[in-house]
Amino acid sequence: MKIFYILLYFVAALLSFSIYGMLAMWVDRKVTARIHFRVGPPWYQNFVDFIKLTGKEVLIPEKANVLMFVSAPVLGVIAAAVAGTTILLVLQNNISFAADAILVIYLLTIPSLAVILGGSASGNVLASVGISREMKLLLGYELPFVCALIIAAVKSGSTTSLGEIIQFQQQNGKLIGSLSGVIGFGLGVLALQGKIGFVPFDLAEAEGELAGGSFIEYSGILLGLYKLTKAILLVVGPLFLISLYMGGINFSSVAGVIAGLLKYFVILVIFILIKNTNPRLRIDQALKLFWGWLTLFGIIGILLALAGW
Amino acid sequence: MKNNKKTVIVPIGPYHPLLEEPEFFALYCDGEKIVDVEWQAGYNHRGIEKLSESKHWDQVTFLVERICGICSTSHPFAYCNTIENLIGMTIPERAKYIRSIIGELERIHSHLLWMGLAGHFLGYNTVFMWAWKYREPVLDLFEIISGNRNHYAMFKIGGVRRNIENEDIPKIRKMLAEIKGQLEMLIGAVLDDPVLTARLKNVGVLTKQDIKNFGSVGPVARASGVDVDVRRDEPYAAYPLVEWSVITAKNGDVLDKAVVRLSECLEAVKIITQCLDAIEGKAGEIGEEVRRVPEGEGIGRHEAPRGECFHYIRSDGANSPVRHKIRAPSYTNVPTFKASCIGQTISDVAIILAGVDPCYCCTERVAVYDAGKKKKLYDFQHLVELSKQKTERIRKEI
Repeated sequence: MKIFYILLYFVAALLSFSIYGMLAMWVDRKVTARIHFRVGPPWYQNFVDFIKLTGKEVLIPEKANVLMFVSAPVLGVIAAAVAGTTILLVLQNNISFAADAILVIYLLTIPSLAVILGGSASGNVLASVGISREMKLLLGYELPFVCALIIAAVKSGSTTSLGEIIQFQQQNGKLIGSLSGVIGFGLGVLALQGKIGFVPFDLAEAEGELAGGSFIEYSGILLGLYKLTKAILLVVGPLFLISLYMGGINFSSVAGVIAGLLKYFVILVIFILIKNTNPRLRIDQALKLFWGWLTLFGIIGILLALAGW
Repeated sequence: MKNNKKTVIVPIGPYHPLLEEPEFFALYCDGEKIVDVEWQAGYNHRGIEKLSESKHWDQVTFLVERICGICSTSHPFAYCNTIENLIGMTIPERAKYIRSIIGELERIHSHLLWMGLAGHFLGYNTVFMWAWKYREPVLDLFEIISGNRNHYAMFKIGGVRRNIENEDIPKIRKMLAEIKGQLEMLIGAVLDDPVLTARLKNVGVLTKQDIKNFGSVGPVARASGVDVDVRRDEPYAAYPLVEWSVITAKNGDVLDKAVVRLSECLEAVKIITQCLDAIEGKAGEIGEEVRRVPEGEGIGRHEAPRGECFHYIRSDGANSPVRHKIRAPSYTNVPTFKASCIGQTISDVAIILAGVDPCYCCTERVAVYDAGKKKKLYDFQHLVELSKQKTERIRKEI
């Protein structure tokens, strides 16, 4: 019976993440449009797009490995939603266990792996260039992302349990209030920008170069699932950062939920601003950024955290 | 290029977001690195030169206007220069100024269009949208002047078809001042962007020697420090009558091409303002009537936004050309990819290919297909051979 409840909780979480994610995507599209002097789509546009994609024919290329081609996007959605559910369980019901933050990091890698799997299964040349970039990018942004986690873990008394990190912040103030916290938060934002695949790190998709890259052969519901993964990541990623650095979200009171929403919007707006004020980086530049400057900042951040700053 | 095991062909085209027109580039890649590039043209061939032989002189002006949708006035400009060269006539002063105004307005809109597209190819959609927003008032200006936003139909042999009314000039001036402000803002935003600089600096470098080898023209040549500009070197229209300078840069990378193009926009504003000064408050003829085109040959050139646009006409005294030869600037600019792309990565090649501001529909010369087998009969080398043979034949006849 317990399993059933957990499943039910997961499905509810998946649904709500999808809905919030698509709304967040709409905010992104609308704000981007306003920056571009465009009008932008209505709020339900992403839902309509998704419904439309579900109705479209799914074309599977002749050369493709069908099982991998079809299962990759499903894997991505589920992994993103499970990661989200893990965080939500901590925030909402205070069900936390040791090292669940590390679990979340692992789960958040899977959507990128799904892109790589799906792209390689499609057998397209442009997709293969796309996945090679995605692979390098994945190796690139994981390092600062892990640094971001380590900083939070060190600051809150050497724990990798999200529940304990949030509890620490409730007692001692939010981590973002400290210098190392700001560094960690910034690293997290940039790494997530890469994870979600926003400009300047949309190398795998690179419309102007690779015409969609890894997603080039996808159509119909499978493409819809990739879009959905992106939408879910747009919620789960910031939620993870909020838990690590902004003291989580208090679901028990209305004021807490509103404060949580505000925190979320701050992160979302940072994403959108970075996206709209930068061109796409080249893969070597992206790697240099992630492994060079950002990792250096990460190490400085960890040292500062150890020193108690 | 032999396809060895390590290289993979990454296709760009025939339909690809990078290209506004159907065109095919085969990138031979070793990983992300480009080993060789092959270009296949022929998707846009419309037989304009042949068509021109069946139209009478005035109709050809409108026909050549339709060669290109972006720089639609370049070809009529060069064509009218050609016919006037053939006849040996000069056009009225006012018509000269109006021609230059149209030519320069087109330069602004074409360069802004390129800037937008370049931004889009780099994934920088904000630049794309902003550049195109600021391009819009230029099109509005065209509408005020000619009644059309594109394909202005302003040119005719012996002058221009429409006058710029004196009462419109203050309005044009006001809009021009606004455009200038927006241009300066955009130029500042684009050229000061550190990430954009990192993406464009030292990418796709063309040396002076490369430019000479390929015979490239226009902003592509000027960005590499080759100081060529038909407007100055072989003056026509109102260009010798106004003060302006030719913009050049040194490095020949994509950033310098952007710098040259954007600075040229400001230079164009300067030319237009002076032209407006010259015609404001004055009356004057805007065209001379041409009754007959005599037998003979004529050449005409115009510095189009992409470089020198060349027309050659042979007339036998009848009412249509016997031979009409057109050479658009992209014809010499596009093949520079052989020098600039090899050794670069796919990401860079996208912007390098776009960096010469290619206009394939201008460039398409000839394509010979076997319709039954759907196979190309002649490739580039064959055509070069054929043209060499033909030149030899003509030489012997002379």
